[in-house]
Amino acid sequence: MDHPTLPAADLRQITRRLGNREVLRNLSLQIPRGRLTGLLGPSGSGKTTLVKLLAGIDKADEGEVTVLGRSMPALPVLQRIGYMAQSDALYADLTAKDNLVFFGKLYGLRGSRLQERIAAVMALVALDDHLHKSVAAYSGGMKRRLSLAISLLHEPELLLLDEPTVGIDPVLRQSIWRELLQLRDGGTTILMTTHVMDEAEKCDSIAFIRSGELTAAGSPRELMERSGASSIEQAFIAMGEGVTA
Amino acid sequence: MRTRALAYRIIRQFLRDKRTLALLFLAPLLVLTLMNFVFGGASPAPSIGLVTVPGTSQETVSQQLRQAGATIRGYGDSKSGETALEHGDIDALLDLGGAAPRIALEGTDPAVSKASLGLLQQALSPGAAASGSMDGKLQVDYLHGSASLSSFDAFGPVLVGLFGFFFVFLLAGVSFLRERTTGTLERLLAAPIRRWEVVAGYLGGFGLFTLLQAALIAWYSTSVLGLYMEGSFWLLMLVNLLLALTALTLGTLLSTYAGNEFQIIQFIPLVIVPQVFFSGLFNLDAMNEWLRHIRLVMPLYYGADALKGVMLRGEGLASIWPDLAVLFGFSLLFALLNVLALKKQRSI
Ligand SMILES: Nc1ncnc2c1ncn2[C@@H]1O[C@H](COP(=O)(O)OP(=O)(O)OP(=O)(O)O)[C@@H](O)[C@H]1O
Ligand SMILES: [Mg+2]
Repeated sequence: MDHPTLPAADLRQITRRLGNREVLRNLSLQIPRGRLTGLLGPSGSGKTTLVKLLAGIDKADEGEVTVLGRSMPALPVLQRIGYMAQSDALYADLTAKDNLVFFGKLYGLRGSRLQERIAAVMALVALDDHLHKSVAAYSGGMKRRLSLAISLLHEPELLLLDEPTVGIDPVLRQSIWRELLQLRDGGTTILMTTHVMDEAEKCDSIAFIRSGELTAAGSPRELMERSGASSIEQAFIAMGEGVTA
Repeated sequence: MRTRALAYRIIRQFLRDKRTLALLFLAPLLVLTLMNFVFGGASPAPSIGLVTVPGTSQETVSQQLRQAGATIRGYGDSKSGETALEHGDIDALLDLGGAAPRIALEGTDPAVSKASLGLLQQALSPGAAASGSMDGKLQVDYLHGSASLSSFDAFGPVLVGLFGFFFVFLLAGVSFLRERTTGTLERLLAAPIRRWEVVAGYLGGFGLFTLLQAALIAWYSTSVLGLYMEGSFWLLMLVNLLLALTALTLGTLLSTYAGNEFQIIQFIPLVIVPQVFFSGLFNLDAMNEWLRHIRLVMPLYYGADALKGVMLRGEGLASIWPDLAVLFGFSLLFALLNVLALKKQRSI
C-alpha cells in the first residue's frame, strides 16, 4: 500500500519490447517522493517509453511498475498523476480554454474550482492573455506551455514531464523552473526528462539511461564525483558512453 | 461526467468545423438529389397502344390515358399491336379485345414500364394504383424484363440508408483516427477515464449529429424529393438513426486498424461497396444461394430492408423490428469491440 516513506514510483526489472527491439532492458529505478528527478539519456534511449510506463498508458512486457503504492496501470492512481507528453496532445481546432475545460473535467474538476485552476495554471505558464485563442494559432512554445498547464490542472502528487522546456525561451524557462521547484517544495514529486544540462544540475537526483539500460543514478554532485567529471555535461558524456564509476 | 465532457468536446469541435458539418448534413442530400434527377425525374410520357374493339368502353379509357399525358395509338387487332410493341413504336399495349383486359409492357426501361403500368391501372380501375396493389383480374405481360426490375422508388430507400451510413462511417473513422494519430487519445487515457467511457463519449457527441442527420435525410427525401413514402416518418427516422449508429461504431472500430486518413479511404471498397451490392440495389435472386447469405452480415442490408418496408409497404414497428434489433445488435457489438480495441492503448 501507499506510504509517505515509500518511493513515489518503483520500477522493478522492467523489459519493454517494441517492434523486435528491447527498448528497455531489465531496468530498475526508484523515484523518491517529494523530489525532482531528472531522466537523462541520448535520443532514442528509452526515456519516453519509461515515462509512458509510469503514466499507465503503456505496459511492460516483464517486470513490475508500482506508482504511488499501486501496481500500474490503475485508474485511481491516474487521478493523482499529471502527465505532459513529449509531443503536444492538444485539440488544435479548439481554444485553449476548451482544452483546459475538457481535461479538467476528465480529472473531475468543475464549476468555480475548475475556473480557478484554469486561471492559476495559465498564469503560471504566462498564457493568461491567450486563453480564448484557438490552439491552432499558438506557437510551438505556447503549445508546450499549454500542455504543461494542463498537466498541472488537478494538482497531481506526481508530475511526469517529458521534455517540458523544449522550445521555451530562457526567461520563461526560468520562471517555469521557479514554479516547479516551488511545487516540489510543496511536496509534489516530479520526474522530468531533459537534454538541457543546466537543468539537470538543478535536479535533486538524476538517472542516466542508455540503450534502455540504467547506467547511473544519484544526485548531480555524486554523479560528478563518481565519474570524475567537473560538470554534469561531462558526466553525461562519460556515463552515456557506459563508463560507470 | 467524463463521458459528458468527451461528448461535449466532440460537439464543440464539430461546431467549429463548418466544412465537416456541411459534409455530414448536405452531402447526403446533394447525392440523393442527383440520384433523384438521374433515376426519378419526371418519367417520359409513355406511348401506349390500344387494341380497339368496336362497341366497348375504350373511348373513356383512351381519353383518361391521354389526359394523364400518354400518347395513344390505336390498333385494329392484337397482332398489329404486338408487332408495334416489338418494334418499340409503343411502350405498352392495352388489349381490351379479350374477356379480360390484357396489358403487355415493352419492359426494358423500368421507369417507363412503371409509368405505363401506373397510367393503365389508373385508367382501368381508379384506386388500384394508389394502393400499389395489382388488380387481380389484370393480366400483365413483359416483353422484356419483368416486374421485379427496380426503379427509383424501389431503390430510393436503399440510397437513403446508404448515404446516411456512408458519411457517418467516414467522419467517425477519420475523427477517431485523428484522436489516435495526434496523440490526444493517449493523453486522454492518461486521465482516469474508463475505456467504455471513451466509446460512450464518442457515441454521445456524434450521436447528436447523427440524430440531426437522420431527421434531415428523412425529411428531405420524403418532403422535398417526394420519394414514395407510405409508412411513418418517425419510423423512417428511427431506422436512419440506428443505421447511422452502426456506421458510427463500425467507423471508429475500423479506424483502429488504419494508420492514416488514406487508409480509412481504403476501407470504402472493402466495407462500403460490397454492402451497396448486397443491400437491395441489385436483384440477387439469380445469385448462388450461399453467396447471397453474405448479406446477412451486412448492416446495410437490414437497414435497407427496414427502409423499404416503411417507405414502400408502409410497414409498422411490428414487422420491421427484427431488422431494427439486428442493427442495434451490430452497434452494440461494434461498440464492445471498440472498448476491447482500446486495450491496445491502455490495458485497463
Ligand atoms: N512504437 C514503436 N515501435 C518500435 N520502436 C519504437 C516505438 N516507439 C519507440 N520505439 C523505439 O524505442 C526507442 C526508445 O524510444 P523513446 O521514445 O523512448 O526514446 P527517447 O529516449 O524518449 O528519445 P528522445 O530523447 O529522442 O525523445 C527508440 O529507439 C525508438 O526507435
Ligand atoms: Mg522522448
